[in-house]
Amino acid sequence: MISYDSIQELVDKAKKKGKMISELVLEDQARQMEQPQEELFEQMRASLQVMADAAAKGLTAVSKSASGLSGGDANKMRQSVDAGRSLSGKVLSETLAKALAIAEVNACMGRIVAAPTAGSCGIIPAVLLTLQEENDLSEERVVMSLFTAAGLGMVIARKASISGAEGGCQAECGSAAAMAAAAAVELMGGSPQMCAHACAMALKSVLGLVCDPVAGLVEVPCVKRNASGAANALIAAEMALAGIESTIPVDEVIGAMKAIGDAMPKSLKETAEGGLADTPTAKKIARDILR
Amino acid sequence: MNVFDIIGPIMVGPSSSHTAGAVRIGKIARAVAGGQPAAVTIELYGSFAQTYKGHGTDKAIIAGLLGMAPDDERIKDSLELARELGMAFKFKKSHNKEVHPNTALISAVDQTGKKTIVQGSSVGGGRIVVNRINEINVKFNGEYYTLLVPHNDTPGMIAAVTNLLADQGINIAEMNVYRSHRGGEAMMVIETDQAVKGELVSLIEAVNKVKKAVLIKPIY
Ligand code: SF4
Repeated sequence: MISYDSIQELVDKAKKKGKMISELVLEDQARQMEQPQEELFEQMRASLQVMADAAAKGLTAVSKSASGLSGGDANKMRQSVDAGRSLSGKVLSETLAKALAIAEVNACMGRIVAAPTAGSCGIIPAVLLTLQEENDLSEERVVMSLFTAAGLGMVIARKASISGAEGGCQAECGSAAAMAAAAAVELMGGSPQMCAHACAMALKSVLGLVCDPVAGLVEVPCVKRNASGAANALIAAEMALAGIESTIPVDEVIGAMKAIGDAMPKSLKETAEGGLADTPTAKKIARDILR
Repeated sequence: MNVFDIIGPIMVGPSSSHTAGAVRIGKIARAVAGGQPAAVTIELYGSFAQTYKGHGTDKAIIAGLLGMAPDDERIKDSLELARELGMAFKFKKSHNKEVHPNTALISAVDQTGKKTIVQGSSVGGGRIVVNRINEINVKFNGEYYTLLVPHNDTPGMIAAVTNLLADQGINIAEMNVYRSHRGGEAMMVIETDQAVKGELVSLIEAVNKVKKAVLIKPIY
């Protein structure tokens, strides 16, 4: 049995058995949930399908959310990529478009998979689906990489938090990016230790990020933080695959995130009392919506 | 916790607490009312009251009352659907410092005029806690098959009901008895490991001094 108390535990066990983290997590979860591995795999495959459907829907959508604050940006991004106007390369631009798409579908009351939360639901699928497309990877491998993301996410949830109300946005979009980075490394053939470094580097980049949703709605800045979270994941994965290591071990980074989250004032933890939510524009939006 | 708590649930956005959890509170209210009510009044507290329009909390609660699950894509059209199906609804913003910030109190009236009340709070990640049924304060989360057994607070009631469960080989995961005051209205809340069938509910209702028993199927 795996305790999910440390990411290094996952890495060491995977190394010892000569397995990928995803295989280890799937085996362990099948045992703990007393279900065959095939069933868990199928359930995860169904989630991947919902993710892909949400991405496809959001990329062509023009509708707005109930508040009017979000909707249509993914479509703009996609059109720009389709027109060959990508500034930072196709992989990144495609990833951004999908992250926006899924987050917008969420804001517009469409169907998504919380990963790990609804607010951060675009990050993991955007990274994995884009890598799949660009590298012609099998669906099976992408499904498996979701087990890696989930295994690491369980450690983060146990040792720190994955909720904006408890730990700020570092705990939501930060955790999602860290999970996506590790999954991307595994998907692209990196070692379990590289997955851990990618996870650490993605999380380090957003330590301290507060949760400050305008008018208390999961829209501004959330939708665009899905795009930046996905980019963050790609950056960390790229560095890890190049052999770059995180000086601070991943479990200590998670400890730091927890301490920072605890120290964060309540006004910056989903209460919509501070940060961007407290700007003049945000207050005007909140007034208009409440009216 | 397992992998599907982290990658999952599949749900309709935008917020697990304000949308998915709200659907579940509505679902419990439907079960307690014994089906789709004729009319409901929904009081929203705290952040539910502040943000319900933007988060679609109103649509989510109505969707639950109509029997939908949190991943049903019709949630966003639930208000129109309720009108078509003839369920009248009204929303009110309320204040109460005592309750959890994401709380809804649903008063439902059925075709015969019978009134039921359910109050529930959405406590994060789409999970809920039910904290009031009619006039009695309770606490359960809908994870198990849950039996609500209102009765008069007299000796022997609990044994009579639990014996019926034991006869059917049903194991009690958790059981609590709540009452308004000694000797007054009381309610057993029994959560079971195994599925409870309708026949058993009838048997429980046949026990002397038991009023109507309600079965709530797991909502997760
Ligand atoms: S700002 Fe808050 S609500 Fe928005 S994605 Fe980040 S943690 Fe979630």
